[in-house]
Amino acid sequence: MHMADALLSPTVGLGMWVASGVALGWSSRRVQRDERSHLVALMGVLGAFVFAAMMINFTIPGTGSSGHLGGGLLLAILLGPPAALIVMASVLAVQALLFADGGILALGANLFNLGVCTCLLAYPLIYRPLLARLGPHPSDRQLTAVIILTAVLGLQLGALGVVLQTWASGISSLPLRTFLWLMLPIHLAIGLMEGVATAALVLFIRRARSDLLPDLSPANEKAAGVAASFPKGVVVFLSAGALITAGALSWFASQNPDGLEWSIKRASGLPELAAGTSRPHELARHIQAQTAAFPDYAPLAAQAPAPESAQLATPGWPAVDGGTSTAGIVGSVVTLSLVSLLGWGLHWRRQRRRQP
Amino acid sequence: MTVGQVRVQDLSYIYPDGQRALGGVSFQVGAGESVGVVGSNGAGKSTLLMHLNGVLLAPPGTVSVSGIALTRQTLAQVRQRAGLVMQDADDQLFMPTVLDDVAFGPRQQGLIEAEVLQRATDAMTTVATGHLAQRATHALSGGEKRRVALAGVLAMQPEVLVLDEPSAGLDPRARRQLIELLSGLKLTRILASHDLDLVLDVCTRVLVLREGELVADGPAQDILCDEDLMARCHLELPLSRPRRSPTG
Amino acid sequence: MSAVPNAWRDFATLGTATARTGLAARLDARALVLGTFAFILTVVSFDRYAVAGLLPLLAFPLLMAALADIDLRWVLRKVLLAAPFALMVGLFNPWFDQRVMLELAGVPITGGWVSLLAIVLRVVLTVAAAVVLVASVGLPQLCVALERLGLPRALATQLLLLQRYAVVLGGEAARMRLAHALRAGPKGRLTLSVYASLVGHLLLRATGRGQRIHQAMLARGFNGRLPTAPALPWRWVDSVFLLGCVAAFLLMRLAEPVPWLGQTLLKGMM
Repeated sequence: MHMADALLSPTVGLGMWVASGVALGWSSRRVQRDERSHLVALMGVLGAFVFAAMMINFTIPGTGSSGHLGGGLLLAILLGPPAALIVMASVLAVQALLFADGGILALGANLFNLGVCTCLLAYPLIYRPLLARLGPHPSDRQLTAVIILTAVLGLQLGALGVVLQTWASGISSLPLRTFLWLMLPIHLAIGLMEGVATAALVLFIRRARSDLLPDLSPANEKAAGVAASFPKGVVVFLSAGALITAGALSWFASQNPDGLEWSIKRASGLPELAAGTSRPHELARHIQAQTAAFPDYAPLAAQAPAPESAQLATPGWPAVDGGTSTAGIVGSVVTLSLVSLLGWGLHWRRQRRRQP
Repeated sequence: MTVGQVRVQDLSYIYPDGQRALGGVSFQVGAGESVGVVGSNGAGKSTLLMHLNGVLLAPPGTVSVSGIALTRQTLAQVRQRAGLVMQDADDQLFMPTVLDDVAFGPRQQGLIEAEVLQRATDAMTTVATGHLAQRATHALSGGEKRRVALAGVLAMQPEVLVLDEPSAGLDPRARRQLIELLSGLKLTRILASHDLDLVLDVCTRVLVLREGELVADGPAQDILCDEDLMARCHLELPLSRPRRSPTG
Repeated sequence: MSAVPNAWRDFATLGTATARTGLAARLDARALVLGTFAFILTVVSFDRYAVAGLLPLLAFPLLMAALADIDLRWVLRKVLLAAPFALMVGLFNPWFDQRVMLELAGVPITGGWVSLLAIVLRVVLTVAAAVVLVASVGLPQLCVALERLGLPRALATQLLLLQRYAVVLGGEAARMRLAHALRAGPKGRLTLSVYASLVGHLLLRATGRGQRIHQAMLARGFNGRLPTAPALPWRWVDSVFLLGCVAAFLLMRLAEPVPWLGQTLLKGMM
């Protein structure tokens, strides 16, 4: 479920960082203005709790496989959307940095898929309105149903995010429809599991310490108010904006040489490729050949040659990838050997220094 | 009859970071004996206890409980016979109510409900927590939690009882109740404790660990009142030791 | 009682490490963060079939690890454990991309396999870079660096508290899981209701602990921000380092050192 750097393109990765960054900035300001003074300590331990709880698996009845808690929805229920997003961000960051689960560039995307979709979208748009309709004392069954529904929809949204981001990045060759058919049903099951686990926990907490659940104890109107005064318009704008931006940028990148190459081309003043044999010309030709080979988005079997642009004489598909020529292969082998030697050398040097 | 017997042969354990926790520890405990394990922090008491019911498995040393050699295959059997009461009772009480928690072990053993309830009630009576049956486990006092944790293990009817720091965090009254409780049990008891007075009250025999090695094994009275030995092992004399007569 | 697995032990040491070793300790952590980020951007900017172009970039994590005195075997282990998702998705590429791209010794190789290899390389590069960054800076210093780079204060505080208490709560969780296993018999599976109660207790203990932490904070005048050790100011070495990195990345990305190397060698041999 975690997005990886390896499958992302720069535009999609950075686009999602921007979207998540905006959400994070908004959440931080809300949290810093929150009047619940114990919130900082509570957020810290709940983040640690989510981490610790991931170690504990429960068996899914009837299947024999096991699952564990993701935590997004539970955090939103306990803390309200802005604080929950911050805690999710910290959990995802530590997962990415210390457990190499998800990458640094992918952190923006992961925060969006797993944090924003659950805490800032599913929770306020599904859970709270449904709960409001049920009144302050919903039955166990009603509460369970609402939680499961929220979890399922939230995770579907997140899964959709993963699919769109991977597809827009163009590193994977999986066609969009196939990917959707793979991801969405799997995450339906995962969503059910998350919903069931979260619901079981919430019911337990309601029986043990209902004061911990601001939505469900009418005495805590103030705390509930903080969570409730969440501008829905911002949420819708954010998510729409992120999706449109990522999509548009990627589409643009596919049809035209992107800004960097274009400005280099402009700066070097090469109008057309001269089949020169001198090194600078060869270099320039290689640059343009390489950078013109952008991923296209139609399924590869039905692919037409990449569109000719007015500025560059783009060679047709498959573009001359410097790496697949003989020189490229020889160079690759040599490079790999050199790098391996470097690695061994550094390692040996370090071991030597450590031996007394 | 080897029921209730514990035999430990050549137990050694090294932490993943290379530190040695135990080195060549061997001893034997007879059925019904009450043995205390003492030593300073880091001497290896908890590590030793963790070997007794297979939390740690460390060949080439061997452990056998009630005649059953402890291996990966016999883990379940051994755990049924050697019950462990952990240092932090909160870690052990994970069911919602006291009765649920005490009944957990018997239920998992597959007994019929009537038998489960019988065992649970008996265990709770032994530890005098019958009146707490319907209470929520997170709302108990320290002493109550400790006793309920003990009941949860007793309900499984083990042959050996292993306790890690049983009196930690207890007020004097709760502690005294625990001492009386432990002294009154008939099964084999092995307990690790800093509370040397509790060990003196409850145990007839003491094992002293120092830096992972067993340095003394003998009657509690003798060992715990040996000033030199205690000092060498970074321990002190119990407060309630019997005073030596001036001529002795 | 410790039933803590390897990853957690790493977390405990890295997550709380403050001592930095090697030459990298002389650099501002911000420079390392920005350099790593630039590196990752460079790696992902290659198109899906770029394998040769990625190879020279392998030198960066190696050098960074050496600079910070980090065991390369440990990095390799982390890389091998990571990114199952990317590889799983990548394994579909040979299936869907059957267009032959080149021939190696008479064997046709489709684009799918090339792009799969590219994905493997990307995984190795990005994960290694991230892992080396965290190992060389340590999470506490990393939080400080990120805050100076613009990370919101609430998140920086949250990260520090999380790392402080994750090991504590992780220990509690591990012991509870053990306590369950000891009484649960041979199959020892956690059913949903027991799970809810067990994890629920963990949650209650966490909130109780949170309250005690809060009181301890108030008792010592907490004002919303966790003070951290004073950090190094940005110096010219940091600029040199960062600019050097960016220049090197641009060179690797835009020039084509690998085919050039191959060509030179071939020419030299003829």
